[in-house]
Amino acid sequence: MFRRKRKASDFSSEMEAHIQLETDRLREQGVSEREARAAARRAFGNVTQAQERFYESGRWLFWDDLGQDLRFAFRMLHKSPGFAAVAVVTLAVAIGANAVVFSALDAFVLRPLNVPQSESLYGLQFGGGHRGALSYPNYVDFRDRNRSFDGLATYQMTRVGLGTGNNSTRAWLYEVSGNYFDVLKLQPYLGGFFHSSDEHGAGSAPYIVLSYAYWHGHFQDDPGVVGRRAEVNKKPYTIIGVAPPEFRGTFLLLSPDFFVPMVSIEDEEALNRRAGWWIFETIGHLKAGVTPAEAAADLSAIGDYLQNTYPKDVGKMNVSLDHAGLYGDTFGRPIRGFVAALMLLAGLILLAACANLGSLFAARAADRSREVALRLALGAGRLRILRQLFTEALVISLTGGAVGIVGGMLLLRRLIAWNPFPQFPTNVPLNPDANVYAVAALLAFVSGILFGAVPVRQVLDTDPYEIVKSGSVTKLGRRLTFREMLVALQIAICALLVTSSMVAVRGLVRSLDSDFGFEPKGVMLADTDLAMAGYPDDAVPAMQERMIEQMQAIPGVTAVGLANCPPLAGCGASRASIFADETADLRPSNVAASTMMYQVSPEFFVAAGTPLLAGRALTWHDDKNAPRVAVINETFARKLFGSQTNALGRYYKTWNGTRVQVVGIVRDGKYANLTEEPQAAMFMPLLQSPSSQTYLVIRSDSNPQQLSGAIRSRLRDLDSGLPAFIQTWPKEMDFFLFGARMATVALGVLGALGAILSITGIFGMAAYSVSRRLRELGIRMALGAEWKEVLGAALGRALKLLAFGSTAGLLLGILASRVLASIVYQATPRDPLVLSGVVLAMALLGLVATWIPAQRALSIDPARLLREE
Amino acid sequence: MSTQEERERLELLQGTLDLLILRTLIFGAQHGQGIARAIQQTSDDELLVEHGALYPALQRLEERGWISAKWGISSNNRKARFYSLTASGRKQLGKETTKWKRLTAAIGRILESEGG
Repeated sequence: MFRRKRKASDFSSEMEAHIQLETDRLREQGVSEREARAAARRAFGNVTQAQERFYESGRWLFWDDLGQDLRFAFRMLHKSPGFAAVAVVTLAVAIGANAVVFSALDAFVLRPLNVPQSESLYGLQFGGGHRGALSYPNYVDFRDRNRSFDGLATYQMTRVGLGTGNNSTRAWLYEVSGNYFDVLKLQPYLGGFFHSSDEHGAGSAPYIVLSYAYWHGHFQDDPGVVGRRAEVNKKPYTIIGVAPPEFRGTFLLLSPDFFVPMVSIEDEEALNRRAGWWIFETIGHLKAGVTPAEAAADLSAIGDYLQNTYPKDVGKMNVSLDHAGLYGDTFGRPIRGFVAALMLLAGLILLAACANLGSLFAARAADRSREVALRLALGAGRLRILRQLFTEALVISLTGGAVGIVGGMLLLRRLIAWNPFPQFPTNVPLNPDANVYAVAALLAFVSGILFGAVPVRQVLDTDPYEIVKSGSVTKLGRRLTFREMLVALQIAICALLVTSSMVAVRGLVRSLDSDFGFEPKGVMLADTDLAMAGYPDDAVPAMQERMIEQMQAIPGVTAVGLANCPPLAGCGASRASIFADETADLRPSNVAASTMMYQVSPEFFVAAGTPLLAGRALTWHDDKNAPRVAVINETFARKLFGSQTNALGRYYKTWNGTRVQVVGIVRDGKYANLTEEPQAAMFMPLLQSPSSQTYLVIRSDSNPQQLSGAIRSRLRDLDSGLPAFIQTWPKEMDFFLFGARMATVALGVLGALGAILSITGIFGMAAYSVSRRLRELGIRMALGAEWKEVLGAALGRALKLLAFGSTAGLLLGILASRVLASIVYQATPRDPLVLSGVVLAMALLGLVATWIPAQRALSIDPARLLREE
Repeated sequence: MSTQEERERLELLQGTLDLLILRTLIFGAQHGQGIARAIQQTSDDELLVEHGALYPALQRLEERGWISAKWGISSNNRKARFYSLTASGRKQLGKETTKWKRLTAAIGRILESEGG
């Protein structure tokens, strides 16, 4: 096993020396040179035998054999480069896919956050619709009253205008509690962090900590940035430090450009209001020895205390903990589910590849049965021959694995650089680490062993005398069944993937055309926030009216609406609790419904294309001096008033007790995502509930490129310090289709891989079957068989397998579509197009795979064949 | 010399070659040919040692650490690999010799009692 202690050449020279010495001795006794040498050799005995015994006495035989096996394996593979290439590519694809998917698993599930001791870092979830969100006073109570955490930090993602020098850009920040960096146990890369001791009420601690990426990208790694002034929404701040490079915030899906203390940016009212849930997530490290369950009980007790103390403002909280990074079940569950499903599929692909290669290997072993028989007859051990086969399998699998890893890493590098949503700095750390390489190497090794093992029985059962004598291997024919099962299995897997991807594609296409309750096509959204440009609240409505006027003046524009945040846009609309008009006690347990809340201009419904079903739309006369009114949707009307007709003119109360009259009813729509159930929504007039967050909804006939240019220039004319983001509404909706798109693309890719594998599998089997039965087919043809009969005999089994596997896969695919429906809106297998598409695809696949073997079978020349055999 | 070749000599018993090699080396380092020659001479040419068979035995002893080897120059200026006894080899020789003596004595007693 280990290093050879002594070289064979050393041993040979010792033997030569021996013979020389003996010859010398004999010469001294007077014997002639020739005779002396002969005698010395005689006395020595069998030189070769001595050498062989020396050779075998060593423990290095294993490595020697391995070297021999490797050389032989390379020679054999070199002789059949086609086979080697197919095998290597097949495996490379399968292992590359696994490496990529495993990287995602690694990034999202195995090591979610890149902070010290991330395993004890938990995020709080409060149950109900509010997920992890809290109000600031509630956060402070949780922070100060709990006994389970080494500090609790909280953060909220906000988009702001960041001014450095004289230009203003939009940037994402985390507004965080003062203890944020200390709770996360982070050290600054440059400068310093702020701490809880810096917080002295609203407006204090105007400090900025830049993320490393933002510093690198916008400040060109300038260390002089520390101490520089900057403006956040026109308020003066000081940059005090840069966060470490590997830290990208505590929510994987959104990495901030910089961090500021929450107290510095929020006003008195926000920091003191106990009702509401506006802070995104609260996180902390569990104290040593405290289990998540104990901590959750501790926090729930605090929740109960808050509910009892502030019954008007605080509802029931069922606190649970989840590892920080993916915001609990909200994002964690679908992402984990998706990645797990991908991993499963990638595993199936690899299994299919192994099955395929196994059958190719078996076919090869059978083709080589003469060679194997010859080696057996010459006295080679069966074990030695098996070792040779395994060596070949491993050479292929490890080469394939290496190619796959390299390919996978190239793909990953592109994925990391890819930012699907330009307005969000998503930054998923898909960095391959040692785990990924180890897993890929392990997979390569295991698959080598797996498919290398397929022909084992074949070799063990080889009867050298029979084969060498007759030259035929008809006896092996029966043994094909196992291989056939493997091929059938991968056809089924392929059909499953093809079905799922077609269902997904159809679902996606349908969801693009479906009824959203508004018409996104032909609408441009211009998204800005007047607070970013430093407008005081009372100046906002006038500015917004001017913006609308300016947009209406653009040629080709048919309608302009304005909303704080339109449905299905990346801004994340607010929700509000409402009460029935009769309710006097506005405690959380008396809430009548939780609804989506939009603040809109009168023309919003026209611009968005939302049909008004009853009553009137809002007008510019619904202002501060007029009675409070709202337009609601069908679900709202049904939930609160029983029916549409009932709802018109009726009143309800908002969270602070204001009575609002229903003046109009609009069609239900999709609001937060595409797969949601119908939910209640209300639209408040902009002048009665103003918002500095501004989305201009601009419907027009002109082309988007031109329009966005015109919009931009007019906005600049209005206020050059107002950063805006302009894109079409369908593009904005990509955010909600992202999951579905990813699922579709992934399934499509996997389906294509599956198809490639199935084609090679069927091809291998069919080709094998034809070459095995050449003689029989030749005889049949000589006896006058029709081409149909010949093809039936040659390919019948392959085609039967194809039909059987496809059917099984299709059925499985239909079952799997239920799972898919949760990711892709309107995914259903009950679709004639999907069913016929799958059948057609599988038939095509069969045709492609059997084409060459069929040609070969039909071109048999019986006379020549019989002569040769 | 031809007479020597034709004389009928005793074949070595299994396992005795190791003992003879160790014994030969007690007088100092020696190369393979020297060991073969010494065994033959000391036994008055009674023992048949196929020189080639010596080497696997030497190899074995070297691996066990009872002898060590290094290349040197023979008395007639030839390159040769010289073997010498190690401390553990010396101990082993003592053990083997005792064992051998007890064995031959026992066998001798049996043969004599049968013959007598």
